[in-house]
Amino acid sequence: MSEPMTLLMLWTDWFNLFKHFASISIASVGGSLVLLPEIHHFLVAQQAWLTDGQFSASVVIAQASPGPNVMFVALMGWNIGLNAGGYGWAGFSAVLCMIAILLPSSILLFMTARWVQNNSQRRSVRAFKVGLSPVVISMMIAAGWLLATANTESVRDWPLWILAAVATLIVWRTKVHMLLLLAIGAVLGASGLLTAL
Amino acid sequence: MTRIQSLDSSLSFEKRWVATDMTSPIKAKPRSLGEIFTTFSMLAIQGFGGVFAFIERELVEKKKWMTREEFVEEWSIARTMPGPSALNLCIMVGASHFGWRGALVSLAGMLFLPTLIILTLAVAYAHFGNQSQVVGALRGMGAVAAGMIVATGFKLLSALKVNPLGFKVCAALAVLSFFGIALLHWRLVYVLVVLGGIGYVLAFLKLKDPT
Repeated sequence: MSEPMTLLMLWTDWFNLFKHFASISIASVGGSLVLLPEIHHFLVAQQAWLTDGQFSASVVIAQASPGPNVMFVALMGWNIGLNAGGYGWAGFSAVLCMIAILLPSSILLFMTARWVQNNSQRRSVRAFKVGLSPVVISMMIAAGWLLATANTESVRDWPLWILAAVATLIVWRTKVHMLLLLAIGAVLGASGLLTAL
Repeated sequence: MTRIQSLDSSLSFEKRWVATDMTSPIKAKPRSLGEIFTTFSMLAIQGFGGVFAFIERELVEKKKWMTREEFVEEWSIARTMPGPSALNLCIMVGASHFGWRGALVSLAGMLFLPTLIILTLAVAYAHFGNQSQVVGALRGMGAVAAGMIVATGFKLLSALKVNPLGFKVCAALAVLSFFGIALLHWRLVYVLVVLGGIGYVLAFLKLKDPT
């Protein structure tokens, strides 16, 4: 991660950090990545708890490692803790941020899910599920599309496009293990084959 | 004697019927909280570039805890509610089998191992992040992950065949959402509210009240 910084975090700062993630938790409709501009504004621009390099590295690493995308929040917390004094604080801060971002939305979801389960025969509930399905499925395909095009600024990146298209076909039509495909993608990328001349 | 025999045979018929039904490929259930934890842990640590594709393959295709149609229905709630949608879905699955304990355990399964891995990677990245092989490998994996997500979306489209809205309406909503998000870069919230809202109203008008 790029140049570290030293930071003095008071307990009010930790509280504000918690409060920030907890307050945007409910706003994360449409996936946690939509929160990035908001988080960048608070952590980097306003409070200067993270450097720009640490911020973007957190997102990149979270995208590249297994698990839900929201893990980037844990990494940002980790880096703030590192800035504030070392691995102990980093661990504390990572857990603090994850609890903050997950607690409000999870409680709301849990209560909603229970209500939905008990009222699954209601016309409004069934209409919600079937009425939104075409839209949410399409959103997923669009998300994959955006991910495929995010790395490819120009036509020169056509090998990445082909790789994404082939992966789509294989996962859609066969039962080939997806980890194998990811490994092949990593090897192709590391060997430099995906960079067109 | 004959009556007892016939009763007995009808009983065993009943048993057999139940037994075949239990083992039928249509539906299974998690047996314990431990199974929930290991299932979600395993799929979480495989889930490079988002766990979504792995949730579908594991819960629908392998474990058969839910049908593809049920998966899509749950997904419409998980995706609409605030919070990370993959985690939302897992909380719903855990809660539907074991209540709040199931919800907590599924969340823990999804987060525990990935947290350890990601922190290890962060430390490693600090040392090797600038090397061109690492950058290239990440790009390659990103492209494959993108393909996995698109493919999972394609698979789920088949669930729309039984959607009461009918093929034409579903197709129109799906195509509009895709173009809006992928090509015109509309904000997801607006797509959910406007196109999702239209879908909801149409579905509401089409469905009948339970009698």
